[in-house]
Amino acid sequence: MIESVKTSWTLRGVEFKNRVFTASGTFGYGDEVRDLTDAGALGGVCTKSLSRKPRDGNPPSRIVETAGGMLNSIGLANIGVESFLRQKLPLLRELKTRIIANIAASSVEEYCEVLDMLEPESGISAYEINVSCPNVKEGGLNFGTNCRKTAEITSMLRSRTAKPLIIKLTPNVTHVSEFARAVEDAGADAVSLINTVIGMAVDVRSRKPRLSTVTGGLSGPAIKPIALAKVYETAQAVKIPIFGIGGIATVQDALEFLLVGAAAVQVGTMNFIDPNAAASIAAEMEDFFKLNGIADAQDFVGTLKADIGFSILQSWLSS
Amino acid sequence: MIHEILKVQSVEKVAVTMFLLRLQSAAIAGTAKPGQFLNIRIDSGSLQPLLRRPFSISRIEGDSIELLISIAGKGTAKLSEKKAGDTIDVIGPLGNSFRIESEHTMSLLVAGGVGIAPFPFLSSELQKRGKKVAVFAGFRSASFVFTRYLDPVLIATEDGSQGRKGTVIDLLQEYVREKPIGKAKIFACGPTAMLRALTEFARREALCCEMSLEGEMACGVGLCQGCPVERIDGHPKFALTCKDGPNFFSAEIRI
Repeated sequence: MIESVKTSWTLRGVEFKNRVFTASGTFGYGDEVRDLTDAGALGGVCTKSLSRKPRDGNPPSRIVETAGGMLNSIGLANIGVESFLRQKLPLLRELKTRIIANIAASSVEEYCEVLDMLEPESGISAYEINVSCPNVKEGGLNFGTNCRKTAEITSMLRSRTAKPLIIKLTPNVTHVSEFARAVEDAGADAVSLINTVIGMAVDVRSRKPRLSTVTGGLSGPAIKPIALAKVYETAQAVKIPIFGIGGIATVQDALEFLLVGAAAVQVGTMNFIDPNAAASIAAEMEDFFKLNGIADAQDFVGTLKADIGFSILQSWLSS
Repeated sequence: MIHEILKVQSVEKVAVTMFLLRLQSAAIAGTAKPGQFLNIRIDSGSLQPLLRRPFSISRIEGDSIELLISIAGKGTAKLSEKKAGDTIDVIGPLGNSFRIESEHTMSLLVAGGVGIAPFPFLSSELQKRGKKVAVFAGFRSASFVFTRYLDPVLIATEDGSQGRKGTVIDLLQEYVREKPIGKAKIFACGPTAMLRALTEFARREALCCEMSLEGEMACGVGLCQGCPVERIDGHPKFALTCKDGPNFFSAEIRI
């Protein structure tokens, strides 16, 4: 047991107070659940994806619960960057945490345009670039599954901002680490993964799909093992920090991501069930480090003891 | 909006698939309005089922909140097994409320099945404001009927085993034809097919109709954007059942 622990860490000069964040699209614009949780307890909040124009999103049904998880097909419904700046950013500035603006777009130009509009505003600490939404026709996965395109978007945005640039990757590719390497080379400061896994649910009685878009994105505890493997794979391939995302419901889950190489984690679906989940995990994580005599959280990151697993993954990656 | 762990006071089976869950919360009982709902975590120790389940507040008595719940799947079945003294993790009260302060003098409450749930609370608040109330309740058959706390109530069953044989809309139509209803307003809750028929009926009769919708929800507070309902004016294209509703005027949405 030790008295104090260093939980803070730095990304491109921006200090985050701890390693627990809320994932984009699962915490609104930060103001919806102000009565139920203290965002000040978090390392940061990733906003709902922002596009240049407002997006209505997909028709119902947009969500369906599946074993240990949920499928969604929201379709990036959001108020658009202009309304965000006018209505939401002033509220977000009041939160005593870092705000990471998540950007979605259907063209390279649109990504740049949205970033340019956010860039002069105070209160935004970093950008997370969504190149991995599985539920829209244009953009999203078309970019996120194309390594060259993902790198192009990264370098375009890199040239327009000095703030930390985080690229959010999809697991719906063969080797996510190739994408991580490509964006690292293109100037990204970090990667976040995984976005949702493409999934599907059908109703035998009506013989219809349960989601209006037929397929959707699976999230929740069901995808945690997939996410851990993807984060582990990526941690072997890049030097930049990784935000681990995927089915984190408890502090145990969060620590597992740190162990396999994530510098920080984002809590997603669990916010829907308990809006205070991420704040609890942050507090419990600090307790864990104290209890185990770990003076700096960084000393725990990537300390998985896995000689055999490592060599198998290495041979697979180099083949 | 409060997030708290509530004590179960009782679980009472009231019809073949329905039970009344009584929870104790001074804070929620003191602030809830008719038509609002609670989002309940079925089992806090488990991630199965994962998502909360929304239930409209059926009745409030002192510190006690009643929810009328129909067993529809594993989650509600698990909930029906709770015992007095157990605890449940609840977020609420959520959503907008029925708009009861309007000009009308006669309230026609139309329910299909477990859609009767929000009406004891609504009915008592309407009566407190001196408004007349008549309840029309449709059920599959006599063994599904539950109309406690509601008076007067007219019942229709699909098989005619209790009340009039037919739909609740038939019942309402007869009533409106035969009785002077004055300045009336419809409040409705029930299956989509019933709400569609009622929307058409209200349009034909030029009656204001407010409906409580049920939508697949995850968060219940607007975080997930998972429960859209199409708005007729299209600005914006969708409203959220959890936050903008669950109570909508039939003339403002397309279901």
